[in-house]
Amino acid sequence: MFDSSSIIVGLEVGTSKVCAVVGEMNADGALNIVGLGQARSRGVRKGEICDAPKAEEDIRNAIVEAENMADVEIRSVYLGVTGGHIRGFNNRGVHPIVSADREISEDDVQDVIKNAKTINLPAQNHVIHAIRQHFLVDGQDGITNPVGMLGSRVEVDVHVVHGNLNRLQNAIRSVKGLQIEVDEIVFTGLASSLALLTNEQKELGALVIDMGGGTTEYVVYADGVIKHVGVLAVGGDHVSNDLAYGLKVPLGRAEQLKIEHGSAVVDEECKGQNLSLTSEVGLPLKTVNLENLRRIMALRIEEIFQLIAQDLEQFELFDYIRAGVFLCGGGARIPNIARVAENVLGMPVSIGRTNSISGLKSALDQPEFAAAIGLVKFGSFQQRKRPGRIGLTDGLRRIFGR
Amino acid sequence: MENASQPETPQPPQAVPLKIFGVGNAGLNLLRQTAPLISTGAVFAAVNTDAGSLESCAGMETLCLESRPLRGLGTGADPERGRDAAEQNLPLLKSACAGARSVFILAGLGGGTGTGVSPYLARVAKDAGALVLAFVTQPFDCEGNRRIRQAQQGLEELRAVADAVICLPNQKLFRLMDENTSVVDAFRLSDELLAECAAGVWRLMTSRALIQIHFDDLCAFLGGAHGETFFATADASGPARSAGVVEKLLSHPMLDSGAILSEADAVLVSIIGGSDLTIAEVNTVMKHVNDKCRRAQVLMGAALDDSFQGRISVTLVATKKTESLAARAGLNESEHAAGMIRETPVSPLPHAAESRRHARVVSQASDSAADRREEAAGGAGTRGRRGTRTGPRLRQGQLPLEIVSKGRFDKSEPTIHKGEDLDVPTYIRRGVALN
Repeated sequence: MFDSSSIIVGLEVGTSKVCAVVGEMNADGALNIVGLGQARSRGVRKGEICDAPKAEEDIRNAIVEAENMADVEIRSVYLGVTGGHIRGFNNRGVHPIVSADREISEDDVQDVIKNAKTINLPAQNHVIHAIRQHFLVDGQDGITNPVGMLGSRVEVDVHVVHGNLNRLQNAIRSVKGLQIEVDEIVFTGLASSLALLTNEQKELGALVIDMGGGTTEYVVYADGVIKHVGVLAVGGDHVSNDLAYGLKVPLGRAEQLKIEHGSAVVDEECKGQNLSLTSEVGLPLKTVNLENLRRIMALRIEEIFQLIAQDLEQFELFDYIRAGVFLCGGGARIPNIARVAENVLGMPVSIGRTNSISGLKSALDQPEFAAAIGLVKFGSFQQRKRPGRIGLTDGLRRIFGR
Repeated sequence: MENASQPETPQPPQAVPLKIFGVGNAGLNLLRQTAPLISTGAVFAAVNTDAGSLESCAGMETLCLESRPLRGLGTGADPERGRDAAEQNLPLLKSACAGARSVFILAGLGGGTGTGVSPYLARVAKDAGALVLAFVTQPFDCEGNRRIRQAQQGLEELRAVADAVICLPNQKLFRLMDENTSVVDAFRLSDELLAECAAGVWRLMTSRALIQIHFDDLCAFLGGAHGETFFATADASGPARSAGVVEKLLSHPMLDSGAILSEADAVLVSIIGGSDLTIAEVNTVMKHVNDKCRRAQVLMGAALDDSFQGRISVTLVATKKTESLAARAGLNESEHAAGMIRETPVSPLPHAAESRRHARVVSQASDSAADRREEAAGGAGTRGRRGTRTGPRLRQGQLPLEIVSKGRFDKSEPTIHKGEDLDVPTYIRRGVALN
């Protein structure tokens, strides 16, 4: 129980909630979720901390709850980061093979990866992930491991996810202020995709959309590797805000209306229906047209998918996505959202499930915990290779090219 | 509005007893600029609260709005006093407006007389059955907050009453001036531009029309709740005159070298030429203008004037809509104002007093965005109220995007995606109307 190396904690400081998930890795490396703590988030807007003291308090509450539930002491976490400043792009590194026999060695592979990671980014930007995709040997594509092959030139494609250093630091500082170490920061979109997708789906090509409170992250997998990531600083908060504005109700009430009566489509039967709002003491306050409510919501949600579709179209990724689209995050709970996404994206859409991990059923079944669970999974990959760090990099270190 | 089609008939002088009023000191200057440009068919009248200034207006009808509190000293830049003076001289204004089919009001907003009297005069003229077109200037930014606020308020009032308002914000003139331009020149420039514009519209109404623009089309076009109006006049002569005029027009500083056209929602093009004006020339001009105006509704008219033999003159008025919400607010407003006029056609005195009260309300209430929104989106809901409520005149925002409050995202970094602010509700950006 106090063997901290087998305890992995994922912490997601989201716009609507702070969520800490505790996972335990048993002797043969299988992951089991043993604890979950969450707190309503008050200090975060659009995925980024805007009120540090409040955010710290919320993080503390979530961590304490998770500690109690799992009966462990949390010393370090894998921290999820997001925000509109995070971008991803593909980069290629090149390395010539100079040895006499032209055989590609492990050192050459290390060098080429190092080259791929040297990117011209503005000084304030920080590379969160540099995820390895495929190798090319003398221009020949699709090689997963070139060691031992012959060639004169080896290249590697990596997907680089980067963000603004100061804004990333804000989240890290808040966690460190609670005397908790941050093992690593992980892009939450990546974490969600790890939680939802099986290897087979990654191989086929899949799109994961995590629609959270303040941001919507999306990740495209094709041929087993990440091809594209993106963040839209638009989420459920915007839906509530639109409703508050359009229906002229306070934000809290708008939030409540969204949860109780929201839907991503405007259907026939809601036409002409009115909802009466009552005050705390049961007195009628005003009536709200259900059709308007749904229309405002539907337009916003449709727009989010349209923006994603535009982005994917720009990178010509639609043809690579064959396993379909997987939704998670609180937004996945909106009734009929899959239907809207199917219409806009023109692909089969389903609500993602975290199948590959065992443990608390209550945590695993909820789409909004996908990111936090994914963080634990990411952590488990990292931990798995730690004991075997004697020589060369291994599994995940290779996958994530760190 | 039967008289509206009259101006285009081939015998203009009889058909259009056009009366042009210059209101206030700036208005008088404008009037003096306009008078030489408009040769026939118009009667000029100078209106001011200070008798001394009217002496300079030789050969025009002069209306001096004397009232006891003013003691012949003018209004002291207070629109309320201007309005009071106008109210007290109602019979004078009424008789001046009588018989006019169309009325142009030229004024400089921001001061006392121009701001206070113009809306009142517009209302009187409207009640007398005339079509009212106002040409006004807005003060330079450096003239101080108070004048700008007064001008804004006056503009709103005027927009609510007049059939159309063409407004020239003087601040825009900075593009046309260099560092050495004197103050006198600056104001003269503003007067000249507006006078040219007024003359352009006058020509459009009175000349023999080849391609007609009905006066009510024009009013509908200009009268909506347009946020900003830009205009430019250019003329050229000689064999390559059509190309020349296009070049001049598109490089006109008021149009930001044509950039304004691509953003405009509606563009009015008035082409005046002599009897030698060819269709090819009209075509050349329109082709270039149409190319520039990507999303605008283009309204064109062409007319003949014998004094333009061998010459071509093009007046271009471009309007940019303010944000749709403001437009709706404006619509409600003008409906409302129209209603008020109908209610009190004969006794404008109490009505005017009422409107003054509104003006006072506005300065406090108009800052509240929520109020404005409520009014704008109210639609059928507020109809019942409208009858009873005296309806503060809402200020129409000039900055298009600032009107929509972003609620909880007000203070966070805006999410801009391809130039669109995603924090603004989607339905507003797409202009989807809620019932």
